[in-house]
Formats: sequence, C-alpha cells, structure tokens
Amino acid sequence: MEQENILTALRTAFPEAVLDASVPPTDPAVVIRPGDLAAVMAFLKAEPRGYAMLLDLTCVDWPDRPDRFEMVYHVFSPASYKRLRVKAALPADGPAIASLTPLWKNADWLEREVFDMFGVRFEGHPNLCRLFMYDGFEGHPLRKDYPLRKRQPRIPMRSTP
Amino acid sequence: MTTRLQAQARPDSLLLNMGPSHPAMHGTIRIMLELDGERILNSEVEVGYLHRGFEKTCEHRTWFNLLIYTDRLNYVSPLINNVGYVMAVEKLLGLEVPERAQWIRVLMSELSRVSDHLTCLAAMAMECGAFTAFLYKMKAREFLWDVIEQTTGARMTTSYIRIGGVRADLHADYEAAVRKGVDETRKVLKDVRGLLDKNKIFLNRTRDIAVMTPENAISYGWTGPCLRSTGIAYDVRKAQPYLTYDRLNFEVPVGERGDNFDRYMVRMKEMEQSLRIIEQTLPALQASAPTVEAGGLEPAEAIRASRTRRPESRVRLSPNLEGSEKAVYPGIMAADKRSVPPPKEDAYTTIEGLIGHFKHFMKGHGLRPPKGEVYFAVEGGNGELGYYLVSDGSDRPYRLHLRGPCFHIVAALEELIRGRYVADVIPTFGSMNMIGGELDR
Repeated sequence: MEQENILTALRTAFPEAVLDASVPPTDPAVVIRPGDLAAVMAFLKAEPRGYAMLLDLTCVDWPDRPDRFEMVYHVFSPASYKRLRVKAALPADGPAIASLTPLWKNADWLEREVFDMFGVRFEGHPNLCRLFMYDGFEGHPLRKDYPLRKRQPRIPMRSTP
Repeated sequence: MTTRLQAQARPDSLLLNMGPSHPAMHGTIRIMLELDGERILNSEVEVGYLHRGFEKTCEHRTWFNLLIYTDRLNYVSPLINNVGYVMAVEKLLGLEVPERAQWIRVLMSELSRVSDHLTCLAAMAMECGAFTAFLYKMKAREFLWDVIEQTTGARMTTSYIRIGGVRADLHADYEAAVRKGVDETRKVLKDVRGLLDKNKIFLNRTRDIAVMTPENAISYGWTGPCLRSTGIAYDVRKAQPYLTYDRLNFEVPVGERGDNFDRYMVRMKEMEQSLRIIEQTLPALQASAPTVEAGGLEPAEAIRASRTRRPESRVRLSPNLEGSEKAVYPGIMAADKRSVPPPKEDAYTTIEGLIGHFKHFMKGHGLRPPKGEVYFAVEGGNGELGYYLVSDGSDRPYRLHLRGPCFHIVAALEELIRGRYVADVIPTFGSMNMIGGELDR
C-alpha cells in the first residue's frame, strides 16, 4: 500500500519522468527518464519519503536494445525499512548520466565501479577513474561483448615517482 | 600515471604506501597516505587487488554451478553468502523451503556470524598488541568450525546451502558439538572482555578514534555492526525477517558514539545474541529430527534388483552422501521436483530419478527461473549482503550483482582517518572488517 503511495507521489511530482512502475508481488520498481535522475533521487531522499540510503547502484547491459545500458539503483529508508528500485536506460553510444555524489557519499565508489565495468560516464563525478581494474586496462569487462577469457595486452613497466 | 593523491599533495608532505602487502592490511588493499610528520593530511584507498571477476564468471555458469563462487566472497562466513544467493534464487523461483532446512540455515548462519566477528576482533586486538585475545578467539573459532566441518565437510568452501534446501542433514552428534562450541565461545567472550574492555592501551587506541556520525554512516550506505555502532538499530533479521528469525528471541545491540571501540563492543554483544539464537534453534531441530534406519542394499545390488522391479528396501549410500538419504529428503529439500535434484537412491534405481538427475545437472538443462529481476538481502557478518539477479529465462543468470557490505564501509576509510595519526589507521581498518573477497569480488 505504502509502496503504491510513493509511486503515486512520484507520478504527481514528475508526471513526465516516470515511464513505468511495478508494485508487489514483485519488488517495487520505477523506470524513469535518465535526464531526471538527480531530481527524482533528491525527491526520494528528502523527507517525508525518507529514502536516505543508497543501498546499491549497478548496471545491466542489454546489447540488443536501443537503450543498451540499464542503470539500476536501490534506495532504502532506514526509518520505515522500505525499499525502492529505480531504473533508467541509457543509449549505447556515449552512455552518460548525472552523478549522485552530491546526494550520497558511497555513490563515489559505486559509480567508479560502473564506469570501470560498463564504461558509463557520470557527469559531475569528482574523480571518475577505474576502481577495480588498473590504468591501461582496455575495454569494460562486464559488457556482454567482452569475452570471458579475453587477454589483456601487457602494460609497460613503470617506475614509481 | 599519477594518482589523485600525488597530484594534490603538498610539496613538503611525505607520501607513504601502506599495503597492498602489509601485515595490517588483511586482504590486499593499498592505502596511500600523505603525511605531515605522523599526522595524515589526506589519503587514497586503492582496491581491486583481489578482483577475480566474480560477476562475469557467474554470468557464464548455470544457476546451480555458480554456488561454489559464492563461498569465496566473504571467506570467513561462507555459509551466509550461500544463504543469500540461494534465497535470492528461491525468491525468483517462488520456492518453499522445508522448515527443518530453514532452522539448519539459521543455525549455520549464526555459527558463521560468530566466527566472522571472532576473526575480525581477533585481528583487530592483535594489531593493537593484544596477542592473547587473538589466540583465545582463534581457539573459540575452532570449536565452531568443528561443527561446520562435520556438517558440511569443509571449513571454508562449504557449498552446503543448496537451492531448495541444504545439501545434507546435520550429522548424528551435532548437538554435543554445538553445545561445546557455544560454551567455549561464551568462556572466551568473558575472558576477552576481561582483557580488553577496560584495558588502557586498547581504550587509548580505540575510544573516540575514527568517529562516525549516524548521518554520515547512512550517507555511506553502512549496514551491519558498523552502522549499529553509530546508534541506528537496523538489522535485516529484524527489519525484514527471513527464514525463521521472526520466531527467535534476540536483541539488536547498538553503540552510542560510532568510534572504533563501539564497533568492537557491538560485535562482542552481537556474538552473545548469536549464541542465544544458536541455543534456540536446537529444540526445533531436535523436534524435527528424521530417523534413518541402518543397513540396506548396496547400490550395485539395488541397481541389479531394479532391473525387474523397484527394490523395497533402502539403498545404502556412500559415506560421502551421508545425511542426504531419501528418508531425510523431505526435511532438507523442497518438494518441487523441477527445482531440486532427486535423492540419490532414486537416481540409482528408477528411470524417473535418473532423468530428474540429468535434467538438473546436464548442460543446457538445469534450473530455468522465469524472466524477471530480484533483489534479496540477508544479514551477513558485515551487514546487508544483497544479491541482485536478473533472469532472462535461460539456465544462467543474465546479470548477477552482489551488494557487498564492506564495499560501502571501506569507502569511508579515507574520511575516517583524515587528520588522525598513522597508528590510528590500524585499529580503524581492523574494526571495519574488510574482506577482500567481498569487497573486490
């Protein structure tokens, strides 16, 4: 019931941003326009919605879809224990979305991970560089067109300054 | 390639590397420090040294196969990782798990949680110089791992929790082993509290050091003991009870200040609660204990007999399969034949069983959850351990993402040690319980 309220509230506040929504028995989820992400997330984080925690942020690669990269955000309210999944699809060439670092501190690393693994750019991120892979790694390993056993070229030896 | 720290450092400051190979950086992690004397002006944490491509690998394994990779995430509490993954898949499948299997999962989760906390605090105490406390805790952990070893056959790479239930029932004298483990751990906790709680050296290195405010902890996405040390009583077991946690009595201890000492204290108190839970599972497990008659036909004999008609008497299984006999199957595995492998007796002696066996394990067959996506979280040793699964209806996950709790916790390290001394890095890092397998995946 409450989950439906938040979806209604979202639709009222952003009539054009919400593209699709689903309610229980599946996890409550909402699909939004990528351009409105920062505004929607700020709306969700503010009271009385109170989704104060960014639990998780990841991406799913759908090479056959025109909007290839589907960003998936999980937000959580530590007061009422409610969860909500927010999704936004990004185009295949030059995927970019607003960074959530002004709203949540853990978005810094989470977005670096997605940048590293999928090559999605986050506009406004203070230090967008690879997180797990090294500098000089070619490609983005979690994209579906990256082969499982692909080998990387050797990187030249460096002397530490 | 210069790092951000190198680029921004003051010309007169000293840059120092801690790790990736450093005795206090358990796991492998590199902390670059910019120092003014002993004071930390700035730091940069570099992770990824243990990145094995867990998510990529899992996307190329079947739903059943990839279970073994989940053992290797948080390698001090592998059973909780198993539970998290398996329950996410069960949510996707809509599978009902028998009650006995649920109690066994609770027991195993709590044993793992205690051993997780013991390992974390043992390392933290040792790095502060309390080697005795380290040895005591390692001793207690051995008693708990005896139970795990006897039940699952392995200490770390357990793969014991399976989709639909558990691999085998508990061994015959599990109860004595569990009681011994609980008693020994209680003694050790008492000793350790005596050694550390009012110890001046330990207090000086932990009290009011690396203080985390509740707002900041929420902003960093902290969960688990570290979040609770700041005073927020969020525990997945209470907030969204899974398994049989809603029928158990336990408390969620919280801290007040959110410093290193509170993180130590919350873990100590949580272990006591976990031991309480373990004791509460025993009556329920006793009440549902199955009886397995001894003796029976050898598998070869049974196969020969089954050529004419299905043998009436029990088939004796190899000792490796002890605990997964057909008689105990209803208690440990779901009844849905399409989602769980058939008991071995059936696979040996009946054609339906054999077909079911191959349908489960053969490449291109196996489990096929319906299309959809699911997020399921359990309370791991470090906090909310969540799996996000996307299924496209095939026999492999289209996408599998792990929400590792210590990823978010370690992300806050830079901020926590800013302005402190080099020596403060050690207990701060120790109290976070960074687990490389879960952080780097």
